[in-house]
Amino acid sequence: MSQYVIRRLGLAAVQLAVVGTIVFFLIRLIPGDPARASLGESATEEQVAAARQAMRLNEPLMGQFFGFWGRLLKGDLGTSLISGRPVMQDLPSRLANSLELVLLALAIAVLIGVLLGRIAATHADRPADHLLVGGSIFGISLPVFVIGTLLLLVFTFWIPILPPRRFVTPWADPLGHLQILILPVITLAGAACAVITRMTRAAMLETLSADYVRTARAKGVAEKMVVRRHALRTALVPVVAVTTVELTTLIGGTVLVETIFGWPGISSLLMNAVGQRDYPVIQAVVLATATVVILVNLIGDMAVRTLDPRTTES
Amino acid sequence: MTLTDGILTDTPVQAPPVRPKNLWRRALRNRRTAIAGGFLVLATLVALLAPLIAPYDYRDMVGLPLSPDGLLGTDDFGRDVFSRLLIALRTTLSVAVSSVIIAGVIGVALGLIAGYAGRIVGTVIMRAIDILLSFPPVVLAIAAVAILGDELVNVVLVIGVLYIPRFTRIVYSQVLALRHVEYVEAAQIMGASTPNILLRTILPNVSAPIIVQVSLSVSFAIQLEAGLSFLGLGAQPPLPSLGSMVGTGRDFLEVQPSLLIYPSIVIVAVVLALNVFGDGLRDLLDPRKRGALSGRAERRGNFYPGRAKRRGNVR
Repeated sequence: MSQYVIRRLGLAAVQLAVVGTIVFFLIRLIPGDPARASLGESATEEQVAAARQAMRLNEPLMGQFFGFWGRLLKGDLGTSLISGRPVMQDLPSRLANSLELVLLALAIAVLIGVLLGRIAATHADRPADHLLVGGSIFGISLPVFVIGTLLLLVFTFWIPILPPRRFVTPWADPLGHLQILILPVITLAGAACAVITRMTRAAMLETLSADYVRTARAKGVAEKMVVRRHALRTALVPVVAVTTVELTTLIGGTVLVETIFGWPGISSLLMNAVGQRDYPVIQAVVLATATVVILVNLIGDMAVRTLDPRTTES
Repeated sequence: MTLTDGILTDTPVQAPPVRPKNLWRRALRNRRTAIAGGFLVLATLVALLAPLIAPYDYRDMVGLPLSPDGLLGTDDFGRDVFSRLLIALRTTLSVAVSSVIIAGVIGVALGLIAGYAGRIVGTVIMRAIDILLSFPPVVLAIAAVAILGDELVNVVLVIGVLYIPRFTRIVYSQVLALRHVEYVEAAQIMGASTPNILLRTILPNVSAPIIVQVSLSVSFAIQLEAGLSFLGLGAQPPLPSLGSMVGTGRDFLEVQPSLLIYPSIVIVAVVLALNVFGDGLRDLLDPRKRGALSGRAERRGNFYPGRAKRRGNVR
């Protein structure tokens, strides 16, 4: 196990290094001069020169590269070209806001998804199962921005129980924060929940017909225990794996959801930066989200490893 | 990511190959898959013939803004929503299909090479694929389109690159399993060249899971393209995309909810059909489900015929 952990950590470190390098070269892919591109046609020569200075484009490429890594390792992600503020001043709080949505949505999706998947599997081929299978494929087919916009239409205009309101931090107004949290979290949780339901159902159908479940039944173990202890627990391994993948999807989805509901997460940071061609900010957001994905995969793989003794032995 | 590989593949590596011809015939025997397939053919035809079917030019102002004139009313510029919806379907489908073709060709080629060329090449390619997977697609797509410029060609390229891993992973695992199968070894002994073995012997035998992946990938690509357009990064006005039409609908939520509802219905219908179709094909490929099927169960889309009898035990 420990050898595996070390190898897996090493792999994650390599991944981070490569991702960082790709992000470094990302803005250097811009045709022409990135500094001019960021300022537009009407920029004066002085402005372009200043932007080149701020983006450190005047140094030789190798110098830029090692400088980028040196600063990165010290936690310096560069300076916004527009506001002139270090990216690190805004990014952590925005990322935290986004992760709040993503993690809450994921927790809800896992709880409901596993429950529904279990119901579907234990009622295989009966109306409840058909309904859940149909419902989950429908859920997967709803793009987040469609669910989000429709929810906004229904709950803020048609049945105005959740009128649009300004963002408040949970410390300033816990109840208000909860209120604005509801729609974005439901939106994000929806599709993830459908995926987890499907995976739980498929995995449990397999474990329910496994030999050890038959043995447990033959021993006279109560059906509830058979389902919970024997079938569900083993079925959770692929569910954890798919949950890891879902988290990556949710991090992408949150960008769309935040735009719809005006949530101050990475989305507005990224979209503003895109609109103003604020390359250092774009770089930082890509790097930060990729880091989250790599860490999540690391944790997910470890969890699968711990849950499933078979993978440890092999 | 290494561990999740095996767990998340839906088709076990040892699965005996199904030839595509057989797959299509069997797919059409299942009612649900056939209906989804029929709808997709219809949607494709509508998209191809959109300029001919559309009663108005999608750029022309044909009535007052936001009026109920025409089949589905007019948008904020007084353009015919129905005509724009047809063109939007065409835009979205063509971006999604082209990007999946790019992803498919490169992804399959990489998978064949990675699986056949030996451990070092294989490891290098698969690790590169892992790296590509460590970017959240939507975030990377936004950044890449912002950097390259929001022409549709760039959107196609970006989505295409993002979906390469799906194909590479599937083909890779299948090729690994097929490498030492008798007929492949026979071809080697007979002196067939490597490209010949890869394209003529191995590729036909891994093509069924690739077809399934194409169907599911187009569905994801539609959602990604629509998401980018929704944010204003895909198709640029006046050219409509389903995503940008949902985006417009959001701006007029209170005034004219139909502007949001119609494009939403079209996206969901097409994506749902692709998912149902892809799922149907995938179930046919799964040997655990394949063996047990009776003709009737297959037609009804019931993949667990044996389970009904065991019901008493299950509860």
